[in-house]
Amino acid sequence: MTAATAQDQTMTQTWQPLCTKADLVAHSGVAAWTETPEGPVQVAVFYLPGQATELFAVDHHDPFSDANVIARGIVGDIQGEPVVASPIYKQHFRLKDGQCVEDEAVRLRCWPLRFDGERVLIDLG
Amino acid sequence: MTTPTPQDLIIIGNGMVGHHLVEQLVERGSVDHFRITVFGEERHPAYDRVHLSEYFSGRDAADLALGEADFYATHDITLRLGEAVSRIDRENREVVTDQGRYRYDSLVLATGSYPFVPPIPGAETGQPNRLVYRTLDDLDTIRAAATDARRGVVVGGGLLGLEAANALKSLELEAHVVEFAPRLMPVQLDDQGGTALREKIEELGVGVHLNRATTEITAGDDYRYRMTFQDGEYLETDLIVFSAGIRPQDTLARECRLEIGERGGIVIDDECRTSDPEIFAIGECALWDNRIFGLVAPGYTMARCAADALSGPFRGPEPAGERFAGADMSTKLKLLGVDVGSIGDAHGTTDGAISYRYSDEATCVYRRLVVSGDGKRVIGAVLVGDNASYDTLLQYAQNGIALPADPASLILPSVEGAPTLGADALPEGATICSCHNVTKGKICETIDAGACDLGAIKSETKASTGCGGCTALLKSVVDHELEARGVEVDHSICEHFTHTRQELYSIVRVEGIKTFSELIEKHGASSTPSLGSSSAPKLGSSSAPILGCDICKPAVASILASCFNEPITDAAHVPLQDTNDTFMANMQKNGTYSVVPRIPGGEITPSKLRVLGEVGEKYGLYTKITGGQRVDLFGARLEQLPDIWSELIAEGFETGHAYGKSLRTVKSCVGSTWCRYGVQDSVGMAIYLENRYKGLRSPHKIKFAVSGCTRECAEAQSKDVGVIATENGWNLYVCGNGGMRPRHGELFATDLDDEALIRTIDRFLMFYVRTADRLQRTSVWRENLEGGLDYLKDVVIDDSLGLGEELESQMRHVIGSYECEWANALDDPEKLKRFRSFVNDSRPDPDIIVTEERGQLRPA
Repeated sequence: MTAATAQDQTMTQTWQPLCTKADLVAHSGVAAWTETPEGPVQVAVFYLPGQATELFAVDHHDPFSDANVIARGIVGDIQGEPVVASPIYKQHFRLKDGQCVEDEAVRLRCWPLRFDGERVLIDLG
Repeated sequence: MTTPTPQDLIIIGNGMVGHHLVEQLVERGSVDHFRITVFGEERHPAYDRVHLSEYFSGRDAADLALGEADFYATHDITLRLGEAVSRIDRENREVVTDQGRYRYDSLVLATGSYPFVPPIPGAETGQPNRLVYRTLDDLDTIRAAATDARRGVVVGGGLLGLEAANALKSLELEAHVVEFAPRLMPVQLDDQGGTALREKIEELGVGVHLNRATTEITAGDDYRYRMTFQDGEYLETDLIVFSAGIRPQDTLARECRLEIGERGGIVIDDECRTSDPEIFAIGECALWDNRIFGLVAPGYTMARCAADALSGPFRGPEPAGERFAGADMSTKLKLLGVDVGSIGDAHGTTDGAISYRYSDEATCVYRRLVVSGDGKRVIGAVLVGDNASYDTLLQYAQNGIALPADPASLILPSVEGAPTLGADALPEGATICSCHNVTKGKICETIDAGACDLGAIKSETKASTGCGGCTALLKSVVDHELEARGVEVDHSICEHFTHTRQELYSIVRVEGIKTFSELIEKHGASSTPSLGSSSAPKLGSSSAPILGCDICKPAVASILASCFNEPITDAAHVPLQDTNDTFMANMQKNGTYSVVPRIPGGEITPSKLRVLGEVGEKYGLYTKITGGQRVDLFGARLEQLPDIWSELIAEGFETGHAYGKSLRTVKSCVGSTWCRYGVQDSVGMAIYLENRYKGLRSPHKIKFAVSGCTRECAEAQSKDVGVIATENGWNLYVCGNGGMRPRHGELFATDLDDEALIRTIDRFLMFYVRTADRLQRTSVWRENLEGGLDYLKDVVIDDSLGLGEELESQMRHVIGSYECEWANALDDPEKLKRFRSFVNDSRPDPDIIVTEERGQLRPA
């Protein structure tokens, strides 16, 4: 805990509160707004309790359908690698880096997340 | 090392097989080790006897000749034509002709066969009417006899006889065929095939006389000869060609006391050696395993085996020489322009053989498929009138390829516009994915280029990555094509379970597993690390629990709902659902949803209709009538759904499951209540059925319809379950489908009373739920169901598996545990939390932009 607090103090510029733990849906996604230096962005937040990395944030915008729907996709894994499937045309995106599995040229942006007690923080650095 | 002296090799016979032997020896480079002499009784060098009848339609001896004219000279082979061998002197290893004696070290008999002429008074040897059809000289004789002739008869309705009849037709004679057996081509065809061929041939103006044994030939009144048959009937003709079978030409072998079969033929072993190891016999004169092979292909095989054996001493032990192991007598030919094909056990004489027959009397097309008793392999076939499927069937038979679930599809015609057949029957040009315009041919190409699983084919062709409507068809085509190429198809539902949907269903029921996490923990496939060699041991215990995917999760969610019917929005189930089930609405292309309340049977009061109008207006929804007789309200944003449903439920609506793989609608016509023609209350029955089965989750969506009379205004025959009123009750149709691959429902039971109708549907639906594949509609399920409709009737109506009570009780459980999912969710603030477009902002998604068209809103 002391380590986390120390981190908070050194990185207050980039770690921003996003939502609460109670907003999350285990093994699934929710959408949230965040302010980045480039402007407001809709992010899809996935919570996978029990995984090595429990929290992921990628673009909520689906580049294939041009609709904001990624948080509503099914979370799964392809050979152990967590992915979300777009609910519209079913392309898969890797949660750790946003890479589209079906199309090398397409990648969602992604941001680190972490818990701070009941808060979920996002690193917009 | 000195070059050994070449050995003397003599080949007696310069027919097709004898010639092929020489070619094979040349190919093996063995001609250097032999001084080869070939004796041919005829004056022509080897020619194509298979196409002999073309001699009368324009081809001459030179056209029919096999190989280049200087072939023998080029390879220093002595060809002695017109020089008949009269004797073999085995003691001195010499061949004797009227011109001399020739020494041999090795001797090959390729003497062929001669036509059998039945012993008929008036057709004795030397008679001018005793014509045969085998050699070019025979044809010259026939041509001479045809001068001034009007009519010709062929005795023998086998393969060669029909060829001969064709030859007579080419000579512009009125041709007739007289056959002793009750059908044409008795060896290759069955009765129906023979009948179809007969009709075809008669259409071409050839007279066919079956069951006729000629007892006497005398001078005729109107024609040169009169043939009298065993029943006293007669046929007059100007010339008679005998083509009643062949006999092995084994005279030389007999006289030098080589072993001969009981009914003729020179006995050979697998190397084609006769009882004298220095003497070989090949082709139609040879008897292997007590059989004569009267086709050219087995003769060529024998020629190869003999060439290997002869070349043996001059080459290394590897690879081992070919040995004769019998031959497939399958044949495909055009007789008188009619396609005829015969494969393997055409008569289905194998123990337990099962036959499928297709017969089209209008065009005289007949196909028979003979399948092994275990239903796994093609063992024979008969084709008349159309050989299009010959190559495919031969592939199945020769390579033991596993049959499709419905073997009949192999011989059924593919009907344009309604391809209700399995993937294999789709033509190459059939479009599988219309979004990306991917044809079956393209898929095959991709497979042939190395793609060997569904994923690879999808990423290569983009098939099924558009609307996804072709997913099931694509999988079926890919599975089929892979199987056809001998690739073992993995039926695992996905990488997380090595089970099929049906297996998972059994596990869930037998073990009473109620959650996905429990199922994947107990039965999931261990995940493979994405990096490094898969053989490397996994490090530590950190291997994260596998998550499942968008294939297994919804499939298991559906199975759990079918079995236990817990609300799909419960915390344990909600992450498994597709977005439509999660939010109990249908996602549209801009991320908004459409809302479809249930309107059972399509019956709705004016005031409830008004409620729909008011809700649509209030929330700015685009409104459209659906094909299932209800109203679809489009354009609802995620956060609007609970409010919309609160209002609808308050006015007495409930969820319509338009989003689920579950019962959708029961469409109905107005029936006897209003209609002049109605014989039953179709609306009442439709409402009852819709309320009974609403909420039943199944492998795919299910649609019903009920028609009040045979005019069928509800189009029940295009539904998964179709009910049509009769004077006495209800007729039940099952497994129909509209959509991409329309299929007529099949009549399943007739004149049922209400109770029997409902019991039958209960069982039918639950049996489908239990045994279908994931996302498999009843139509495809039915097509893949081994045993077909009869089997389905046995199980559902006659309860042959003793499952009836279990299926009914399971249905009772689903019906008893029904609750409106929307009402359930609205009562639970935790569940409603999900219906927020953004968890940290209540404003709507600004990217959802609409425009007005024809007085309504639509996505911009």
